[in-house]
Amino acid sequence: MRQQARSLFLLLAGSTASGSSLAEWEVNMTEGVTAVSRNIYGLHMTILMICVVIGVIVFGVMFYSIFKHRKSKGAVPQQFHESTLVEIAWTSIPFLILVLMAIPATKTLVDIYNTDEADIDIKITGYQWKWQYEYVGEDVSFFSNLSTPREEVTNVRTKNPNYLLEVDEPLVIPVGKKVRFLVTAADVIHSWWVPALAVKRDAIPGFINEAWTNIDVPGTYRGQCAELCGKDHGYMPIVVEAKSEADYEAWLVAKKEEAEKERELTDKVWSMEELMARGEQTYNKVCAVCHQVNGTGMPPLFPALKGSAMATEASQIAAHVDIVVNGKKGTAMQSFANQLSEVDIAAVVTYERNAWGNNTGEMVTPKEVMEYKKTGKYVEETAKQAMPAKQQASL
Amino acid sequence: MTSATDTHGGHDDHAHGPAKGLMRWVLTTNHKDIGSMYLWFSFIMFLTGGAMAMIIRAELFQPGLHIVEPAFFNQMTTMHGLIMVFGAVMPAFVGLANWMIPMQIGAPDMAMPRMNNWSFWILPFAAVMLISTLFMEGGGPNFGWTFYAPLSTDYSPPSTTFFIFAIHMLGISSIMGAINIIATILNLRAPGMTMMKMPLFVWTWLITAYLLIAVMPVLAGAVTMMLLDIHFGTSFFNAGGGGDPVLFQHIFWFFGHPEVYIMILPSFGIVSAIIPAFARKGLFGYTSMVYATASIAFLSFIVWAHHMFTVGIPLIGELFFMYATMLIAVPTGVKVFNWVTTMFRGSMTFETPMLFSIAFVVLFTIGGFSGLMLSIAPADFQYHDTYFVVAHFHYVLVPGAIFAIFAACYYWLPKWTGHMYDETLAKTHFWLSFIGMNLTFFPMHFVGLAGMPRRIPDYALQFANFNEISSVGGFLFGTTQFLFLFIIIKCIRGGEKAPAKPWEGAEGLEWSVPSPAPYHTFTTPPDVK
Repeated sequence: MRQQARSLFLLLAGSTASGSSLAEWEVNMTEGVTAVSRNIYGLHMTILMICVVIGVIVFGVMFYSIFKHRKSKGAVPQQFHESTLVEIAWTSIPFLILVLMAIPATKTLVDIYNTDEADIDIKITGYQWKWQYEYVGEDVSFFSNLSTPREEVTNVRTKNPNYLLEVDEPLVIPVGKKVRFLVTAADVIHSWWVPALAVKRDAIPGFINEAWTNIDVPGTYRGQCAELCGKDHGYMPIVVEAKSEADYEAWLVAKKEEAEKERELTDKVWSMEELMARGEQTYNKVCAVCHQVNGTGMPPLFPALKGSAMATEASQIAAHVDIVVNGKKGTAMQSFANQLSEVDIAAVVTYERNAWGNNTGEMVTPKEVMEYKKTGKYVEETAKQAMPAKQQASL
Repeated sequence: MTSATDTHGGHDDHAHGPAKGLMRWVLTTNHKDIGSMYLWFSFIMFLTGGAMAMIIRAELFQPGLHIVEPAFFNQMTTMHGLIMVFGAVMPAFVGLANWMIPMQIGAPDMAMPRMNNWSFWILPFAAVMLISTLFMEGGGPNFGWTFYAPLSTDYSPPSTTFFIFAIHMLGISSIMGAINIIATILNLRAPGMTMMKMPLFVWTWLITAYLLIAVMPVLAGAVTMMLLDIHFGTSFFNAGGGGDPVLFQHIFWFFGHPEVYIMILPSFGIVSAIIPAFARKGLFGYTSMVYATASIAFLSFIVWAHHMFTVGIPLIGELFFMYATMLIAVPTGVKVFNWVTTMFRGSMTFETPMLFSIAFVVLFTIGGFSGLMLSIAPADFQYHDTYFVVAHFHYVLVPGAIFAIFAACYYWLPKWTGHMYDETLAKTHFWLSFIGMNLTFFPMHFVGLAGMPRRIPDYALQFANFNEISSVGGFLFGTTQFLFLFIIIKCIRGGEKAPAKPWEGAEGLEWSVPSPAPYHTFTTPPDVK
């Protein structure tokens, strides 16, 4: 409350210099960190100034009349109603101003559309409600989710300075290189926007849009999805980390090693507890946005899993694995085949079949999931048969 | 001059007053009754859509989720937009047209009175159906008033079918209203009322009616394709089936851009009547006003893709739509210059209609400026789908459409009710609306430029201060409208008797009949010199 009173006071005082909270009073577009973003900023300021000048003239004449030509001051109305010359003048002068304005705007636009000769290609795919980044030709691919804790959204915990503008895995690109983005979507239309790069491109299912950037300054740049894409449209931020070329190469290598380790996990023999623990983690991060932490969903758009036939009946295991792997066409249920590792899919399915009172005692292993992805058939692994009954008791 | 009949005369002649009771309103074919019903309907919708805006502003008062869930928030933004566009602004203009066009051209009624009744009575049912979706399983439409596919098709709630049907009904009503207005203007003008003598409100409505007939069927086509995609297995907007989600946007905005001019052109006509009346000086450049209106209407058909600068249309398309959009500034500028020149060296007084009209010119021009900025395609990559756009279209719609409707109500209330409204209260209504409106929407320019996307229920911390101010302004603007309701009711129930022509500088046939205007006017056409 006090904070609010203070901010109102600052506004009334016309002050923007409130120390640390300077950014809270930001009133203008960012200049950004690329040549294009600076050009756009320049266009923005030019057209703004043109508007201000025209505004001052028009409103000046108007307010002069309002103060001078009022009946209470004894003004007598003049009778002039037409002047072709004046009409021609105020048609042609604005037209000329617009032509002058169109020239630099066209130049910048041509530049924005020149996506040729890129050094690096990154495919960006929008999902409800996260982004996937694939480094074309590098075998590096990952998803980028909002990392702001739920407690901050529900006002239980104090919000951190990057509230809603932070992700678990940022997009990493090198400075000084022309990076081309190939933007598409897997479900509905999204829009990939980072103000500091002045890149905003709609991510449209079935289309691949191109955009590019070339960042000058290393740093972390934040943006958000800019096209209404459903319930959590406000919760799919973008974070770009621009690194020096050497740091970028090192990151790329580390990323590949990490992926290799992840793959090895599939061959490990997993216990029920391990799968449940990992499943809970993955479920809360990926699935809970729709199906809710307690599994009750938001019917009819997002069905409940708690007590559902799919997650409780033994005959439905294959269908359960299938819907997680392949998704369900025409609904928000997306395919997780490329989003989650075999371990994560196995863990999530296991978790869903045993959490919230769905005590089936059934367990799906990473190897089974891998087999399912390859053959499209769910074949129960024989090795795990001995385990569950006892494990179940301890859960 | 007119057959100023005693409306309550019991004798058996052909001129009669209104029927008694509820059936008067159900069966009426009288343009004044229907006009009043349109206006009341529109006001109820204005308060309904406004209540939703209050929920939106309350949720956005501070960062974090506070009073509604994101899923419901999206329903609120969607319904707010749909109700304000199709329920509040458009019916209000049709109501004004019903009341004023016959009186301004010396006609006894609308050309097709029975159809007039029908086109009104579709509306309440369409509106109830639309609003009822909020209580259906899965909630109401949640995909924005622009309902982009596939969010509005494959990913939409089950209630979308009702939404589609409601849009069809609203469209039918608008088309019938438009046909009626065109037929009235072209056929029922009093002898001597040539086209170039018509008041600008009549002119702007004539052009608006043509826009409506041109684009409402396109909207109907868009929602029908949605219906087929949802229920009949087609893939118009589904890339997976060979369709094209971008096609939807082209069709929608081919309707949508003329639609925004449908919501502004009648305002131009209203303000062009009021400013000369209170400046006591004829409108400057009548002919150029007519041509400018026609140019804007024409241009509205070739600029739609400026709503789609970021969807990835080819460079050449991008350039065409940028240039065409910039061009709109020219005729719009001509209009503003004409209004200002009308005021220049006039003899002005500042009754409430004039205050709203002056605010219209200033604030609509500000909205026009941000529109010009948005037309610069490269800059639009930064503006698009941010609060800068929200600020822009609220600056053209709230002072543009709503303030002009307020101005028209105050200007013609004495004619409608036979009483003067309470000037002090009305001026209070103006100033509170003016302050509230600017407090709400001006800071949105700032948060938009600083990077806040639109249609989000929750936002990053750096946007908090301006959002708080916007919310306070929103609550002020919202609650002020109850004062408007009070002023109207007070004026209907009593007040100083209004003369036939309550405004010194007002011109037009409507001021030649007594106040309140008799139930039937101009049953014998007046002579227009």
